[in-house]
Amino acid sequence: MPNEVQENEAGSRNIDLEHLDLLVRRYGRIISAVAPVTAVITALLLIGVLIFSLGKSPFEAYKALFVGAFGTLYDTATSLTRATPLILVGLGAAFAIRGSVFNIGGEGQIAIGGLAATLVGIYLPNLPGYIHLPLTLLAGFIGGGIWGAIPGYFYAKRGTNLIITTIMMNEIALGIVQMMVKGPIQEPPGNYPQSPQVLPTAVLPLIIPGTVLHAGFLLAILFAIILYVVLFHSPLGYEVRAVGENAIAARHAGINIFATRVLLMVIAGGLAGLAGASEILGSQLRLRPAFLPNYGYEALAVAMLGQTNPLGVFIAGILFGALKAGAGSMQRATNLPMNLITVVSGVIILFVVLAKIMTRLPRYLAKRSAGGGSGDFLSRLLASKSLKGTPHA
Amino acid sequence: MSTAVRMEEIVKRYPGVMANDHITLEIEEGEIHALLGENGAGKTTLMNILFGLIQKDSGQIYLRNTPVTINSPSDAIANGIGMVHQHFMLTPVFTVTENIMLVDRSPREPFLDHEGVKRRILDIVQSSGLHVDPDAKVSSLCVGDQQRVEIIKVLFRGAKVLILDEPTSVLTPKETDELFVVLRRLAKQGHAIIFITHKLREVMEISDRVTVLRGGKVIGTVLTKETSPDALAKMMVGREVFLTFEKTPVHRGQKMLEVIDVVTRAGQACTGLKGVSLDVSAGEILGIAGVDGNGQRELVEAIMGLQPIESGDIRIKGKSTRGCSTRKIIDMGVSNIPFQRQTEGLILTFSVSESLLLKEWRKPPFTRNGLFDKKVIQNTSKNLIKEYDIRTTGPDAKVGNMSGGNQQKVILARELSRNPDILIACHPTHGLDIGATEYVRQQLLNERDRGGAILLISTELDEILAISDRIAVFFEGQVMGVIDAANADLNAIGLMMMGIRLAEIKKNNSTGEKG
Repeated sequence: MPNEVQENEAGSRNIDLEHLDLLVRRYGRIISAVAPVTAVITALLLIGVLIFSLGKSPFEAYKALFVGAFGTLYDTATSLTRATPLILVGLGAAFAIRGSVFNIGGEGQIAIGGLAATLVGIYLPNLPGYIHLPLTLLAGFIGGGIWGAIPGYFYAKRGTNLIITTIMMNEIALGIVQMMVKGPIQEPPGNYPQSPQVLPTAVLPLIIPGTVLHAGFLLAILFAIILYVVLFHSPLGYEVRAVGENAIAARHAGINIFATRVLLMVIAGGLAGLAGASEILGSQLRLRPAFLPNYGYEALAVAMLGQTNPLGVFIAGILFGALKAGAGSMQRATNLPMNLITVVSGVIILFVVLAKIMTRLPRYLAKRSAGGGSGDFLSRLLASKSLKGTPHA
Repeated sequence: MSTAVRMEEIVKRYPGVMANDHITLEIEEGEIHALLGENGAGKTTLMNILFGLIQKDSGQIYLRNTPVTINSPSDAIANGIGMVHQHFMLTPVFTVTENIMLVDRSPREPFLDHEGVKRRILDIVQSSGLHVDPDAKVSSLCVGDQQRVEIIKVLFRGAKVLILDEPTSVLTPKETDELFVVLRRLAKQGHAIIFITHKLREVMEISDRVTVLRGGKVIGTVLTKETSPDALAKMMVGREVFLTFEKTPVHRGQKMLEVIDVVTRAGQACTGLKGVSLDVSAGEILGIAGVDGNGQRELVEAIMGLQPIESGDIRIKGKSTRGCSTRKIIDMGVSNIPFQRQTEGLILTFSVSESLLLKEWRKPPFTRNGLFDKKVIQNTSKNLIKEYDIRTTGPDAKVGNMSGGNQQKVILARELSRNPDILIACHPTHGLDIGATEYVRQQLLNERDRGGAILLISTELDEILAISDRIAVFFEGQVMGVIDAANADLNAIGLMMMGIRLAEIKKNNSTGEKG
């Protein structure tokens, strides 16, 4: 694909922007698959330079990172365990983004999901595991779903700013969890801010014995497949994409935009709640404050790196999980700070966003030059922005 | 008169197409020269070459008989060529003066020269008749005013050659008339004006000469007063065009759509409906005439359940639709070709097959057991593409990459293939070339003959007269009168569009006859 562009450019010095735009749009599918890979490679190269400038060998650092993440079966299992909540939250976020609903509330939805699962996991005794465990997971989904539905309702009904309301809901949720583990459900005698362990009947089984990988990962696989099928092969996914791409046309087609938007927040919140539940029931077994710190935000990065395609999100989630799991090994081998991994994640996202902008650049420039002189750059920028916004009908 | 611009043997190739095939065009000073052609004939490409937006492959441009090279819009502007695009490039939060200030450096840098710019704008307003308040915010201006600002911008930069790309496509008839007055004045002052269009009526009205393009070639340049719309249409399309239709006599069936004394709330930008009553029977086309913004949109939105009604009732096949969702109304057998095909009718990022599905997607055979049957969808799409002559590479092509005519055909295919009982067609041929217009109107007539009830809303009176059976005229959210289209009195329609009721017109006529 890049070759074709170059051939066309070779003829004249002037880049034919509209033609370039046409190619970008024609090969959009390939580009959206290639872009994240390129972003990851470029980010690793750039961070490599940074590591080199710190006087360390980038090869050694990356080798240690990789070995730490996938060196042994145990390491691989750890990576997948770290990836599980990222995938689940990321799937929900990606699905909602397809409908133009930006859920920044993953953090709070994880917390409430975890809290709901803990309560059901501790206080519903004398149930067989095959009833108790699904019930506990469902509680996590419902808890997160409600936490998503509240800002979702106000957004869909009144158009309140979802970013602000979900972030506020995050603070409230984290506060509630703090309060619960220091009060009502604190483990006796009350030395630590944590709940007692959930009952054994509510624990997610390990799927590879001798490792930490629990059945929550199977849920991640399951939901990746379900959401993929729903998004591209079902009427519901079609409606979601219609609302996301053009809400006005969707309304004219008779799609209930309000219901779709609320539903998206319920699904996004529910999956985040399920992620919180699976982490507690599979790994931590008890509720602690901020038991998955920053996962709600990182999952947005996962959703973007995965191009909001459920299967892409799954792969991106594993990559980010591996980075988390391998960070310690890299620190031990090279004495580089573990936080460097956060920088790597950040730079990857930067490049993913950049790739998105780059693919839109030809059209933007073509439109811009179609407007004439260089003077009204600002007006055109504003015009393009006002066109992009979803006007409320 | 001397030659202002001469484009000689201009060639522009795109992969697979000759956009401009050895085009030679001469524009004289003081003339209004129409560039006529169907969509894709190469008009805009040619003008973009003249304005430096696109580079020609070969050929030569002369200005006042001197060869010039134009590599960019700034070269064009330096040579006194200006272009007004179809889509305006204005910053809504700025005033007119501030917008125009953006085009040029201030002579008093680093300070802005508000007063100087304003004075120059007022000079231009004086001499050209482009009436605009320099202190008005652009967001408060109507489309016609915004276009005037764009023209002032071009004149501000000292253009002697003006290129206008389909300037009337966004204007109301009244605004069009005002624009034409200005253009004649500018031509008289010695400006050369190139007017890109595909509307024959406008060519006949405004231009001195016409150059017709077809398939990237010049078919001919003629003096407007020596030609006729029919001759031009033939040059443009390459075959005889039927601008009038053979209509079978109307066979009215049962009343399909009844609008009974409907009132909707008036907003800032809309008049609302003030007690509108209408009915459309099976097998007839009811045309709604009237200047845009007199309640047509509110009527459609009320019927489609997109806007609540305050009082009155809308009945479909005798059943009230009060409290029904849009979905429910669609399912009662109502199809709609919306006003804005790109924002309301289509989702531009969707493929052709996805777009064709945008009414029936939840129903079998497209959805079975909660999942799409992609094979059925694909095959149905292929059939519709063939049946409605949609020019595309296939069902997976994105509708956003298609021409306006083909996009409209996609909507038409989607809405008509459902065999609706009621079809609401809003500006169905807006922005389409002659071939596509003819096609769409014929399809509407076929639908009528099949027994569909059609509500046709159009600001183009020609269209209403060509295919309607009855005509209702809207003015400020009210129906001024309903008349038979067969022997419609144009004068009466004109009066009704200005707000005079049919009853009054009749009364005046009869008293006039007596006296």
